[in-house]
Amino acid sequence: MSEKLIAPLTVHRGLATWGEKLVPLAAFRQAAAETGLRLTQREREAALRAYRKATADSTPVEGPYSRIAVFGGVYSNHLALAEVLEEAARRGAEAIYCLGDLGAFGPSPEKVRPLLSHGGVLAIQGNYEESLASGREDCNCGYTDPRDNHFAEISYRYTAQSCSPGFKAWMGTLPRRRRVRVGNRELLLVHGSPRRVNEFLFHSTSPAPFLEVLLDQNRCDGILCTHTGLHWQRRLPSGRDVVNVGVIGRPANDGNTHVWFAMLEAREKDGLGVELLPLRYDHSGLAAEMRREGLPEEFVETVLTGWWTTCLEILPARERAASRF
Amino acid sequence: MSVAEANPIPAAAPRVELKSLDTLWFQVGGTVCNLACTHCFVSCSPTNHTHEFLALAEVRRYLDEATRLGVREYYFTGGEPFLNPEMEAILEATLALGPATVLTNGLLLDPARCARLKKLADATDYSLDLRVSMDGYDAESNDPVRGAGTFERILAGVRNLHEAGLNPVITVTEVCREATTDSGKERFFALLRTMGIERPRLKVLPVFQIGAEAERGGAYESWQRLREGDAPAGDWDHLQCSACRMVTDQGVWVCPILVNEPTAKMGETLADTLGAFPLEHPACWTCHVYGVSCRT
Repeated sequence: MSEKLIAPLTVHRGLATWGEKLVPLAAFRQAAAETGLRLTQREREAALRAYRKATADSTPVEGPYSRIAVFGGVYSNHLALAEVLEEAARRGAEAIYCLGDLGAFGPSPEKVRPLLSHGGVLAIQGNYEESLASGREDCNCGYTDPRDNHFAEISYRYTAQSCSPGFKAWMGTLPRRRRVRVGNRELLLVHGSPRRVNEFLFHSTSPAPFLEVLLDQNRCDGILCTHTGLHWQRRLPSGRDVVNVGVIGRPANDGNTHVWFAMLEAREKDGLGVELLPLRYDHSGLAAEMRREGLPEEFVETVLTGWWTTCLEILPARERAASRF
Repeated sequence: MSVAEANPIPAAAPRVELKSLDTLWFQVGGTVCNLACTHCFVSCSPTNHTHEFLALAEVRRYLDEATRLGVREYYFTGGEPFLNPEMEAILEATLALGPATVLTNGLLLDPARCARLKKLADATDYSLDLRVSMDGYDAESNDPVRGAGTFERILAGVRNLHEAGLNPVITVTEVCREATTDSGKERFFALLRTMGIERPRLKVLPVFQIGAEAERGGAYESWQRLREGDAPAGDWDHLQCSACRMVTDQGVWVCPILVNEPTAKMGETLADTLGAFPLEHPACWTCHVYGVSCRT
């Protein structure tokens, strides 16, 4: 080995690196030991409790209901929207909620509007509605990969141009969150997370202890969210629930063409019954419409195969491993 | 009135509040490494014991506290994490509580270890990510930074991960100038594809001009400091220190970058470190200007 390589390998013997300086190890350790807070045990307990404390939230509580249907991410898929409204009625839903992202990806966003109003759908704003209503230049999806951004731009530009000013203004009037009582459970309905409209709550990156604290800080018995495009549910050790209801706009990246929504019902035994349900719709019809509108063939492929072809960057390791692309 | 009085330079650095403790880092390999890269901002080497390995028992103590604070994800770095003989046991304990990412130089990823890591990944609901550092797409660009012969050994580690069914994130610093361009990134993607990795993943990080890097690429200039007003409305939420802390064998530091600054130590337990931190180090300037997050 050359002299040059040996020098850095041994230079630290008995010494610590304090920034760019070399100092005796003991000097660094002593400086570190003397720095920072050292609370008493009682103060530490108080700090941990204060951290979990709920912040005030004046969102009115709707309900109580014994059965509701909840879906997210319509992405202009009016065919799936018509289907989910029928299915919700068939299953006896007393109220139907939509967690946002009405546009993007699919064709002719205006077709969604009459379906929502005739169906009496109670909606909240997703990042798409926030962006469209406020005239933002992008969808605020939070992508960094240039390819993802390229396709996100195409669908945002298309949706922004095809939406009437009236529809956009209506989007801006939607609340950002709702509280809904199902039986004796108070559920918080959000788009991404209670903290940010565009925060991704994936199954493999939303651990139970994290969700328990989120529920404490928002004082609720359950959280319903969407935004990731992938549905999942977690019953927490405290007995509370977090449900990502998935999206009805595009399939769940599993090679199946159906989409997903959720039914929630009051139950005597365990408080809340959660069902994540597949929803079949005329996906070939949607693909044909998308082609007529000149939308990217990559999007059409997703509708026809059930595999995502874009916006894969956001997937955590576990979800990406199950992905085709 | 003097010029200085008319235009006072604010004496105090802006302060960043901890908004939520989402990401907890562990300096699990201390500053001990089987390499001595010329750009290492913590100057790690085989003989640098500024921070020692973290023991499983210590990690468990912090995991207990992290659970009460609702930490969302865990990151492990060093030094080289896999030099720590308890690393796999530490990962197993962590993956029971949440997703984990290990930052490694890839040299200790033999087939047997990769198979065990895959087993750990399959046994949990949460994501396990491996991040392997490289500083060039060939030996000629990589080895002057990371050491003679390292390029081939890193590739062997990446191949072993791939063959075990794990898809690592390749982490490159801007020491490799080309990594900042799309065509440069494509060279890394192409390299990984030739190894059979169909979905290559890449993260590019700027350099921090401290530690060994101060000597290699030059230290910070005096103007590279953050001042009040540098962030609109004093909003520093884009900085990772608004949502992370770093545990070493000597306590809890503000972030993964400043572990060789005793002044950046914030306390002994996580509860001690939930307060604000002054952004007075020049490395804070890099995080702000480059929008750095050490997270994947």
